[in-house]
Amino acid sequence: MSTLRAPPIAARDPAWAGRVLWWSAALVLLWPLAVATEFRPWVLFEPESLRVTARFVGSFFPPAIQGEFLALVARETWRTVAIATAGMTLALVLAVPLSLLSCSALSVSALAGDMARGPFWLRQLVRWLLVVLRSVPELVWALVFVRVVGLGPTAGVLAIALTYGGMLGKVYGEILESGELQPTQTLLRNGSGRVQALAYGLLPQNAAELMSYTVYRWECAIRSSAVLGFVGAGGLGQQMDNSMKMFNGAEVATMLLVFIALVALADRISGWLRRALG
Amino acid sequence: MQSAANKPYRLPPPLFNARCSACWFTAAVVALVVLSFWSLDLQWAAFLSLDAARSMGRFLAEFFPPDLSPAFVAKVARGTVETLAMSALGTAMAGVAGLALALPASRLWAEQRTPARAPTRLLLNALRAVPELVWAALLLIAAGLGPMAGTLALALHTTGVLGRLFAEALENAPPGPAQALRAHGVGTSRVFLYATLPQVLPQLLSYTLYRWENNIRAAAVLGVVGAGGLGQLLSYHMGLFHMGKTATILAAMLLLVALVDVLSLVTRRALTR
Repeated sequence: MSTLRAPPIAARDPAWAGRVLWWSAALVLLWPLAVATEFRPWVLFEPESLRVTARFVGSFFPPAIQGEFLALVARETWRTVAIATAGMTLALVLAVPLSLLSCSALSVSALAGDMARGPFWLRQLVRWLLVVLRSVPELVWALVFVRVVGLGPTAGVLAIALTYGGMLGKVYGEILESGELQPTQTLLRNGSGRVQALAYGLLPQNAAELMSYTVYRWECAIRSSAVLGFVGAGGLGQQMDNSMKMFNGAEVATMLLVFIALVALADRISGWLRRALG
Repeated sequence: MQSAANKPYRLPPPLFNARCSACWFTAAVVALVVLSFWSLDLQWAAFLSLDAARSMGRFLAEFFPPDLSPAFVAKVARGTVETLAMSALGTAMAGVAGLALALPASRLWAEQRTPARAPTRLLLNALRAVPELVWAALLLIAAGLGPMAGTLALALHTTGVLGRLFAEALENAPPGPAQALRAHGVGTSRVFLYATLPQVLPQLLSYTLYRWENNIRAAAVLGVVGAGGLGQLLSYHMGLFHMGKTATILAAMLLLVALVDVLSLVTRRALTR
């Protein structure tokens, strides 16, 4: 009877040479990137810069907790949530009609072979509009609107409304088309209107997914509305920007903590809602 | 006893029922929306009035013609390259740092003692919770104006994101190969390098590539706080009301984002086919 024995373990990695070669090739490729981004980490450790940084970071502790300041932070936190919510509401006003317009599952002419030319181009046009709305970052929209309507929450609400309108519209369209299309087509074939086909064919099977995506986007909107403040669109970000410019570390620390708590809370609520929705 | 052929007639459910969670949810959403619009001093008048429409029109008209002089286009091209380099270097650093932090943050086998797991996860969550732009604004103080602050900001935020994803991937890796090596008495680091890592490497790479795609988009706008790339050019020229130049930069930004979208879509299709 022969005993089963494990093969001896090699003392050295047999693929050693190849690994060293690929790692050095990667480092050589990284070098021009470091040059292009003026990446000089030693600048961080120059005495002058270290002193400023140490003073700023040192002033983080203790965080500012004066009553008046906390009231301001609470107000700005609410404004951040309100900007996100108002922006999402307007985004829905924009996204729902556009996604229904662009949704090919509701096309009557597509039931018999190819879609007619007019409706096809209308849908394509709406899709392009959604792509354009979505691909302009909300920060750029905010910069533009701050110029037009001035500093304050209006610019933030409009920026979120446009970018998220594009995003929601595109994804709603995709969700509606991704499900089982037979009930909808049967309804349309038997002479029901588009609204009926939507309400009794498309929505029942996709409602949970649509809601869950909307809640997820609301969470993203809260995060981005805090960031939009940095270009002057109101909310927590604007206060944070002000405090940073005045090197007030204690206030920055408080607001960072509040911001992290807010994001974590939105994350929890959104996760809970999405689980509840199934 | 014979039961009725049809179901007995029932009234539709009442519109509000204290036990109906959907009703409470709807009521809460409506309240939140109403409160939001009511509490924000939105200047619809300033935005929807004829006057505002005219100033908006003037504002848009100033974008034309975009500044297409060779010198400025070259500058924008340099800004685009800088944006790409920032995103690539930031993501690469985050990949390495994320893996380094994912190791203490994951429990690789059931009876492993992991005292650092909870604190490392807390650190990763904190890194992830602060957006890139806020990191950039904070880092400006240490790193000064310019693309380095942006690169570091991207690296910090992405480390948080990738570290968490990597830790999940490591914990979910099939434990068989690692167990076999450990049973042979191979050391922990070699077990990781030759059993666990090769199994999850494709997944880690695809997470990293996905984050790179996100980071290109983020890097394009990160500069508006002064952290380099196209965003810095944008906020500089917009601040000086050089509208023609602003239009060129915006066009470059949109082109970059669209290009990344198309490339990612094409790659994904090719990979999933």
